[in-house]
Amino acid sequence: MAFVRVGPEDFDPGAEMERLQAEAGDAGAIASFLGIVRRGQEQPIEAMTLEHYPAMTERAIARTAAEAESRWALGGCRIIHRIGRIPVGGRIVLVLTASRHRQSALDATAFLIDWLKVGAPFWKKEHPIAGSAHWVEARAADDAAARRWSSSSET
Amino acid sequence: MAMQILYFAWLRERIGLAEERVEPPSSVRTVADLVRWLRSRGGGYVEALADTARVRCAVNQEFATPEASVADGDEIAFFPPITGG
Repeated sequence: MAFVRVGPEDFDPGAEMERLQAEAGDAGAIASFLGIVRRGQEQPIEAMTLEHYPAMTERAIARTAAEAESRWALGGCRIIHRIGRIPVGGRIVLVLTASRHRQSALDATAFLIDWLKVGAPFWKKEHPIAGSAHWVEARAADDAAARRWSSSSET
Repeated sequence: MAMQILYFAWLRERIGLAEERVEPPSSVRTVADLVRWLRSRGGGYVEALADTARVRCAVNQEFATPEASVADGDEIAFFPPITGG
C-alpha cells in the first residue's frame, strides 16, 4: 500500500527512506527522486508557489502509485508532494520505491515522476528575483516522457 | 440544472474566483457547451477561456474532453496543462 501525502510541510528524505525500508519487508533496493526548486539562469527566481486541486490530487496519485506497485511488484512506495510557496533550494517532491532488485525500483521511480509531471493536478508559479510572478508553461518534453510508459499502461 | 465550477492557476486569477455555483440552461450538455456558455458571461471568462488549447477540464475529479457530458450536480474544474513534479 503506497503512502501518499500532499501538503505544505517539508519532509526529511533520510527519515522517509528509513520508514520505507522498515515497511517494505525483504527489499534489496530503494530508489529515490527528489525534486528541488532551482534558481535558473535566464530569469533567476527566489521562490515557487505550487497550487493543486485537493480533491483530485491525492486520489490520482494513490491510483498511479498502486499501478506502479503492481506493475513492478514493489515492496512499497512513498510519494510526498508539497504545495504553497517554496524558496530556491527547497524540496518539492519525493518519490521512493522499494523492491527486491534495483531495476524495478529505478524503473518504477522514473515512471512515477514522469507521470507526476503531467498526470497529477499541480501548477507551478515562479517568483523571479526581478519582475513579476508568472505561471510555468507545460513542456512538450514532459508529455513525451510520460508517454514512454503508456505502451502497457493506462496513464 | 446546477453545477459547481472550480478554477485553478491563471484561470482562477483571470476569472477572479476559485469556485462558483452556476445554473446553465438545459441546452448545456457537454464541457464544450459549458465553456461557450461561460464565455458568454464576458469579462474574465472570455479572457480565461478564449484559448481552449491551453485549458484542461475535469468532471467529477476525472480528466475530461470537450465532448464529455455534464449533468446536474457535477463538479467541473477548469485549469491549465499540469506543471507538477
